[in-house]
Amino acid sequence: MLKINNLHVKLEEEDKQILKGVDLEVPAGKVHAIMGPNGSGKSTLSYVLSGRDGYEVTKGDATLDGEELLDMEPEERAAAGLFLAFQYPVEIPGVGNMTFLRTAVNAQRKARGEAEMSAADFLKFIRAKAKDLKIDADMLKRPVNVGFSGGEKKRNEILQMAMLEPKMCILDETDSGLDVDAMKLVSEGVNALRDEGRSFLVITHYQRLLDHIKPDVVHIMAAGRIIKSGGPELALEVEHNGYADILAEIDA
Amino acid sequence: MAGVDELIAKEGVEEETVEAVKSLAGTYKYGWETEIEMEYAPKGVNPDIVRLISGKNDEPEWMTEWRLEAFARWEKLDEPAWALLNYPEIDFQDQYYYARPKSMEEKPKSLDDVDPKLLETYQKLGIPLKEQMILAGVEGAEDMPAEGRKVAVDAVFDSVSVGTTFQEELKKAGVIFCSISEAIREHPELVKKYLGSVVPVSDNYYATLNSAVFSDGSFVYIPPNTRCPMELSTYFRINAENTGQFERTLIIADKGSYVSYLEGCTAPQRDTAQLHAAVVEIIIEEDAEVKYSTVQNWFPGDEEGKGGIYNFVTKRADCRGDRSKVMWTQVETGSAVTWKYPSCILRGAESQGEFYSIAITNNYQQADTGTKMVHLGRDTKSRIVSKGISAGKAQNTYRGLVSMHPKAKNSRNYTQCDSLLIGDKCGAHTVPYIEVKNNSSRVEHEATTSKVDEEQMFYCRQRGMDEEEAVALIVNGFAKEVLQALPMEFAMEAQQLVAISLEGSVG
Repeated sequence: MLKINNLHVKLEEEDKQILKGVDLEVPAGKVHAIMGPNGSGKSTLSYVLSGRDGYEVTKGDATLDGEELLDMEPEERAAAGLFLAFQYPVEIPGVGNMTFLRTAVNAQRKARGEAEMSAADFLKFIRAKAKDLKIDADMLKRPVNVGFSGGEKKRNEILQMAMLEPKMCILDETDSGLDVDAMKLVSEGVNALRDEGRSFLVITHYQRLLDHIKPDVVHIMAAGRIIKSGGPELALEVEHNGYADILAEIDA
Repeated sequence: MAGVDELIAKEGVEEETVEAVKSLAGTYKYGWETEIEMEYAPKGVNPDIVRLISGKNDEPEWMTEWRLEAFARWEKLDEPAWALLNYPEIDFQDQYYYARPKSMEEKPKSLDDVDPKLLETYQKLGIPLKEQMILAGVEGAEDMPAEGRKVAVDAVFDSVSVGTTFQEELKKAGVIFCSISEAIREHPELVKKYLGSVVPVSDNYYATLNSAVFSDGSFVYIPPNTRCPMELSTYFRINAENTGQFERTLIIADKGSYVSYLEGCTAPQRDTAQLHAAVVEIIIEEDAEVKYSTVQNWFPGDEEGKGGIYNFVTKRADCRGDRSKVMWTQVETGSAVTWKYPSCILRGAESQGEFYSIAITNNYQQADTGTKMVHLGRDTKSRIVSKGISAGKAQNTYRGLVSMHPKAKNSRNYTQCDSLLIGDKCGAHTVPYIEVKNNSSRVEHEATTSKVDEEQMFYCRQRGMDEEEAVALIVNGFAKEVLQALPMEFAMEAQQLVAISLEGSVG
């Protein structure tokens, strides 16, 4: 599914190397988690994969099902099946949540050469998905993320993910700002989407999200590189001992 | 880009309308020219041309005199230069002031007698077939069964009104909706009483010129305590080259009446600039209400700023009666140059004026537009919501006056003026004038200027929209308050227009 090979990335505007040779492979149907201290490059990795401006790839590549991701426009990556659940979902005043989603769904369908979804089908589809995430009709009508609570914003991200049916989902600190109940709802939403053909890359600071979304593999990222990979037990180790031990181990 | 929530709200809109709106994709859609045999008056303007126009419309002597007086005044006036607009000097003698399709000389008997090119024009403008026939002047078309939505249409093709639909049905309600030339002949008492009473002949350079040479336009009279049974609509089309269009619209809403009026404007794509100088006068008596909506989509000129319509328009509503109400809504996407300030004279006690505006400028377009709220009566209220969007190398100016006169006790104004910039080569300007001459009135003014946010763009693109779709969506959101003030069909068309006018504005 997703293959990242020796990826080096610097900031476009300044001479600062953020990613220093990331290697990662997420096979189809698997959930991989990336943990790591602040400033390790986790979020940068999600932005570079999804095509945000401001970064320059100096070496390496990334492919999604064999297609070179880094040459594509952000919307082409989206249509190819890459989805990023934002750490800070963006507000778009005046644009109804449903209008936004319908535009997005149809834009992707158009890009893939499929017919647009009819208004009736879309409504049926979104109502079902929204119900699972306890998103009410009012939240679908309100402008995108405007005045949403932290929990509402993250649930809305998962709703978008459910509607767009991507193959590769990147969750960038989806647990930040969530209380226990909201985290449960969001995790259930994600788990409902787990499927043989869909992979997840879950970026998080804390192990607690991984209690709800059980990863197949956990990677530790530090200073722009993946320094250690292991099973779910690796997350627990970090939770108990912090990153210091692992970092020391690597340095040694 | 009609969202599903809008679509649901709009069940009841004819499928045909929806399809027509959907097909609006592409660059300037109305850029085609109809090759049609035209009859022209010689180029230039002088008393003979004024007499000729008056003669072509079989006008009575008093009307001809009125025009000639206006022309004499115009000759003494200078073009105003205070607006933030830059355009080459206009040679007013190098324009045609009168052009009409030859086929209009005699009334056609059936569709077969109608110049097919004229029919094609209406079809392309999205006017349903029956209305096309009526507009083409086919005898008996009025009596055919109606299909589709009911909007009475008056179409003005270059200088002349080519027909008005649903006349009989309107007549039953006592509503008069016809071309102004017909009104001058058939209802001289109304025209004499009201023409020039809101926008006097001496008002301004372009209005004075219009008074002398206006060739046609629409006339509406709603009798007392009557709710107009359908929306009234006028399509203005400039087709002939080097032709100025000077239409004149007069709307009278008598006591306790209501009407919603729509105006749409298109023109072919040409590399020479064309002149448009219209005057709209609205008289609103006691307890009456008028809604006037415009989607102005004159050709804006090409990417290099060649061609396009120079649009100098004077629109004014006079709320004469107590508790009378007017609402102007405009979506200005076209024209190379726009000079336009739809205004409200709030004369009656407790009268209300509202102005909702979206002005979009792209490439080299320039717009200097806004409103005037003149509070004369006590307890009058006005509200201004202006959304200016600039892209490319365009300049967009909001210019507005709020004036509270000494007798306008306890009056209120609220103004909200937002500008959105796309790219770093365009400009947005806000020029509010506020005069308060009593101490019980309140004026509020809020203004913001923002840029299309990169985070928003990335968010939309990550969800699969390309840059143009993303900009259109964000801008439609920015302008939502104004779009919501439009009648349904217009709102959908306007949303599409926003997308089209901003094509090429990013990247």
